[in-house]
Amino acid sequence: MWRAGRGLALCVLFLACLPLLRWPALGAELDFPALSGRVVDAAGILGPEARTKLEEKLKAYEDKTSNQVVVATVPGLQGTTIEDYANRLFRHWQLGQKKANNGVLLVVAPNERKVRIEVGYGLEGALTDALSKVIITTAMAPRFKTGDFAGGIEAGVDAVLSILSGDAEEWHRRAEVRGDETSPVEIVMFVIILLVIIFLVSRMGRGRRGGFIIVPGPAPGGFGGGWSGGVSGGPSGGGFSGGGGSSGGGGASGDW
Amino acid sequence: MSSGPSGEAVARTPVLARILGAIAAMLLATCLSGCGAINRVPTLQEQAKSAWSEVQNQYQRRADLIPNLVETVKGYAQQEKDVLTSVVEARAKATSVKVDASTVSDPQKFKEFQDAQNQLSGALGRLLVTVERYPDLKSNQNFLALQSQLEGTENRIAVSRRDYIQAVQEYNTEVRTIPGRWIAAFLYPDAKPMETFTATPGAERPPNVKF
Repeated sequence: MWRAGRGLALCVLFLACLPLLRWPALGAELDFPALSGRVVDAAGILGPEARTKLEEKLKAYEDKTSNQVVVATVPGLQGTTIEDYANRLFRHWQLGQKKANNGVLLVVAPNERKVRIEVGYGLEGALTDALSKVIITTAMAPRFKTGDFAGGIEAGVDAVLSILSGDAEEWHRRAEVRGDETSPVEIVMFVIILLVIIFLVSRMGRGRRGGFIIVPGPAPGGFGGGWSGGVSGGPSGGGFSGGGGSSGGGGASGDW
Repeated sequence: MSSGPSGEAVARTPVLARILGAIAAMLLATCLSGCGAINRVPTLQEQAKSAWSEVQNQYQRRADLIPNLVETVKGYAQQEKDVLTSVVEARAKATSVKVDASTVSDPQKFKEFQDAQNQLSGALGRLLVTVERYPDLKSNQNFLALQSQLEGTENRIAVSRRDYIQAVQEYNTEVRTIPGRWIAAFLYPDAKPMETFTATPGAERPPNVKF
């Protein structure tokens, strides 16, 4: 009787302890701007025209390829490095689709004079560290130096999109770098495979209708790997959000 | 056969008890797995292990870049023999440290791994400072590409270390606090707390490389 009572007590204790097991936050959390669209101009350095133009370009590109490219300008790095900030922001926003991790985040911190291109796991092969660095040093930093943020960001976005679309040749030439680890053929293959995958997955999603992707663990924000603008329901008018992708610190950073 | 009927009767009771025990364990397991508690230890352990292999991956990636980097620097700064040698030696030492599954739960082995990698970070940092004195080298496109790859790798190391520290913290909390500790003791006796990185000044951040 006593043993049974004790067992029951232990069980109750067990269950009572479960909610306490939530993983404690590690380190001081940074304060991130909300993901209000594909261009988040928290530092206020872009005019409305430039912003709309970028938004449209990025949306058209995402609709075509599902690659999520997002631009963020931030008023401050809150005491951390641009690398650390960009990686955490990328993960916070969960850019790129969950399965493909095909997001790119371009962060500009005008007050610290730092810029970073943070590349999701899935695009590291196409947009390599060396290419990211070339984009920053040849297309962005010179324009930032003259105070032309809109021009620099647009040039950076154009370069990222053209490389992701398989046109890395031009950027290799600009760097006069002996072949990085990717050849254009590989990139074209990659894009084709990606397109096939996107096609298959979107078909599967349509057939099953709703929630066939099981999201392990808590997935705050996002909608568990749904294709924004695809399965998630119609054109993403105001409700843009990350697809659940992640980044392991690929890309490059620079200053001006 | 030789034990006779009385022996069988004796044997039956433990069998019955065992079956009852198994049923009880299954019930408990179903109940607990419903709450997700019973699978937390192995799940977190796997997460920590995969975070660890990512750390190893990135350190390996750095080690793979070094021979090329050293060759390139040699072409321009042959007189910097000491710095180059220290990088080559530190690399040899870091890659010779044997790392296996037991490394993460063995403080001594883990420290050995961490020390060797920190030493290599230090040697690389000194090399990159030295390079500042050679403008020709600094404008060499091959070197620039290598440098951006090295920077990228150092950043990936930092990210993977951060992920590992988080994963281990979560796992260690689980196997050291009460429900998880019991579950680990009964069901997963090989689930030991894991070692984690201690912050060394300067090692957390990638070496600061200026162009």
